[in-house]
Amino acid sequence: MDDPKKMKAQIEDISHVDVRKCMRCGKCSATCPNYDDMEYHPHQFVCMVEKGEIRKLMDSNSIYTCLSCFACIERCPRQVEPAKLIEATRLMVERERGANHLKPDMIVQKLDDQLPQQALASAFRKYTK
Amino acid sequence: MQKIGVFVCHCGTNIAATVDVEQVAQALGKEPGVVMAVHYQYMCSQSGQDMIKDAIKEKGLTGVVICSCSPRMHEATFRKAAASVGMNPFMVEIANIREQCSWIHKDRQEATQKAIALGRAAIAKVHLNAPLTAGETPVAKKALVIGGGIAGIQAALDIAEAGFEVDIVEKEPTIGGKMTQLDKTFPTLDCAACILTPKMVECAQNDKIHILSYSEVTKVKGFVGNFDVTIRRKARYVNEDKCTGCGLCTQKCPQKKIPNAFNLNMDMRRAIYIPFAQAVPKVATIDPDHCKMLTSGKCGLCATVCTAGAIDYKQKDKFIEQKYGAIVVATGFNPIKADAFNELGYNQSKDVVTSLEYERLMNAAGPTDGTLLRPSDGKHPKTIVFVQCVGSRDTTCRGKEYCSKICCMYTAKHAMLTREKYPDTDVYVFYIDVRTPGKGFDEFYRRAVEQYGVHYIKGQVGKVSPLSDGTLEVQASDLLMDEQLKIKADMVVLAVAMEADKTARPLATMLTASMDTNDFFTEAHPKLRPVESPTAGIFLAGACQGPKDIPDTVAQAGAAASKVIGLLVKNNLKGNPCVAHCNENMCNGCSSCEHVCAYGAITYVAKEFKMPDRTIAIRRVAQVNPAVCQGCGACTVTCPSGAMDLQGFSNREIMAEVDAICL
Repeated sequence: MDDPKKMKAQIEDISHVDVRKCMRCGKCSATCPNYDDMEYHPHQFVCMVEKGEIRKLMDSNSIYTCLSCFACIERCPRQVEPAKLIEATRLMVERERGANHLKPDMIVQKLDDQLPQQALASAFRKYTK
Repeated sequence: MQKIGVFVCHCGTNIAATVDVEQVAQALGKEPGVVMAVHYQYMCSQSGQDMIKDAIKEKGLTGVVICSCSPRMHEATFRKAAASVGMNPFMVEIANIREQCSWIHKDRQEATQKAIALGRAAIAKVHLNAPLTAGETPVAKKALVIGGGIAGIQAALDIAEAGFEVDIVEKEPTIGGKMTQLDKTFPTLDCAACILTPKMVECAQNDKIHILSYSEVTKVKGFVGNFDVTIRRKARYVNEDKCTGCGLCTQKCPQKKIPNAFNLNMDMRRAIYIPFAQAVPKVATIDPDHCKMLTSGKCGLCATVCTAGAIDYKQKDKFIEQKYGAIVVATGFNPIKADAFNELGYNQSKDVVTSLEYERLMNAAGPTDGTLLRPSDGKHPKTIVFVQCVGSRDTTCRGKEYCSKICCMYTAKHAMLTREKYPDTDVYVFYIDVRTPGKGFDEFYRRAVEQYGVHYIKGQVGKVSPLSDGTLEVQASDLLMDEQLKIKADMVVLAVAMEADKTARPLATMLTASMDTNDFFTEAHPKLRPVESPTAGIFLAGACQGPKDIPDTVAQAGAAASKVIGLLVKNNLKGNPCVAHCNENMCNGCSSCEHVCAYGAITYVAKEFKMPDRTIAIRRVAQVNPAVCQGCGACTVTCPSGAMDLQGFSNREIMAEVDAICL
């Protein structure tokens, strides 16, 4: 069962963002270069986290369309840092999905000329602690 | 042995809800020397005060302890009550069981115990209290107003009206301040110059008012009623008494490419200049950084054309000393620099301007003679975007965390005036909140929307990018429509935050007046003493205290003036008897106290002393000027031999309090 309060606390714990600092100016969304491709925009992340609507954000494609350019963080007059909330939501999804690390025998199919070696290394590391 | 009465106040539920006042009264009643201990709902009320007075008379009390709120609030009230029935007011002590106890505790038992401890400390002190008598000092019947903006002008006029002499010290060549740069004023749309310049002239013509323009305060000594102020009269290189303000020199000067600060550097002026046509005093000033005669000795044209013979290249800064009874601070504000807001393109495009610059662009005496033209190419702008809260309510290092208060209204004014003069323009205002809590203010903003068709959009502008075709792309969000907008604009106007003038901080240090973290002067009490500084004799007017519009500024200036008048009508002021005192027998003449005294109250004198062997020795000992001493106590803690003691807060009294709490 989803507990909005717990999920909200978890997001705040991961991101260290205090959503109450937001003054609803929307400069984060005004700045967002990928606005049109985002279902929920940076300012909505802040409001929705405050209301505890984390599941909606986790189900949205927005967490993958965010470019992580940090323009919203850079321009926010109140130092709210919306991109950190988006990253935290991504992490929540990852953690819910559980261990999904790469097995050596899967590598062969994934190899191509474009794939950077670091990607393989980091994929191995994920959730192997 | 003292006969002490203890009075415990409930302060409604402020104290009584957390502190068991009955228990406090009972416990304190058992203390040595206490002959009565009672509790009452509101000690500060008339009947509460009567209770104290009656007790003093009937029981013959010699000391009173009141357990109540902070002494800052009601010490004077209770001391007055005691004095009215013949007790020396300094035999009254207050134990602060509200701010220091009930307000910060939750546990009733703990709070009650602490209240008893605080009461005991006060009783221990009263045992050692001695009656004190305040000395009197005469009042210099003249006021100083620092800053010649609308706040300073209004304060000076009101003080002069009451018949007192006033000096206005203004750092610029003319009085008038920021208001001279405005076009129209909200919410009535009066022309700023039309209502301000008559007041400036009134100042100049009033024989009680002396305008010391192009001057600054460099040193302040003394105390309420007796400030000794040193004023630097900067060299104008023009004799103020001879100059007629004809302006011939300002037309002939060959140095004509100097950015004109009055028009916010949007046009040029000469090296000799009069800031604007209605300047007061209307005299020319030479800019020493750009005058050829002063920098290289080769020119002198202004001296040749001046028929009054007013030019004086050899003039030097002069320092004058004056005595004042009261000082009004009216140093005003400045808009913050927009340079740090890179994303809004202020440094990248001339067509991104601040609101004050826009004000000049609309003004008939401005760089474009009142026709709204784009600064980059002089064309008529069609789409104008206003951005509010630039740097206001901004907790980053670029901005100010407070609301600058006036921007919502002046932006509405700009938008309205633009639409009225140029109905073919599209005007957008991007806002976070529209704040219009003044008389007629909301109606004004609604007029901009409903009558003049200004597009108000909720959402901050994210980015302004100059495009190759000379327009500006404004990227913003419409939060209510939940969409991102890209508007092609010809001009962008930034409503930048207001900050205290940079002269305020050093001035506050000179005046020993306190300031907040934003360099605004703090008032003695935010609600009940809003025009006074906590430092006696220093009064506040206008934006030096916080962002303020013209009506508020004028009202506050009038209030400050009335306080000044109230002070200046007195012939003598009662001093504070709680001043330092030197026990000359113990003083070893080390000068430590003299060095730490921030008020210059301590001097050393050589005195003859009879020694135990009947010889006479001459020793150097400290002497305190009680009129200058502020009773801060720095000398008492510095004195290595314990010779310095503060009356009313002697070392013995303080130690007795500590013992009462700790033992």
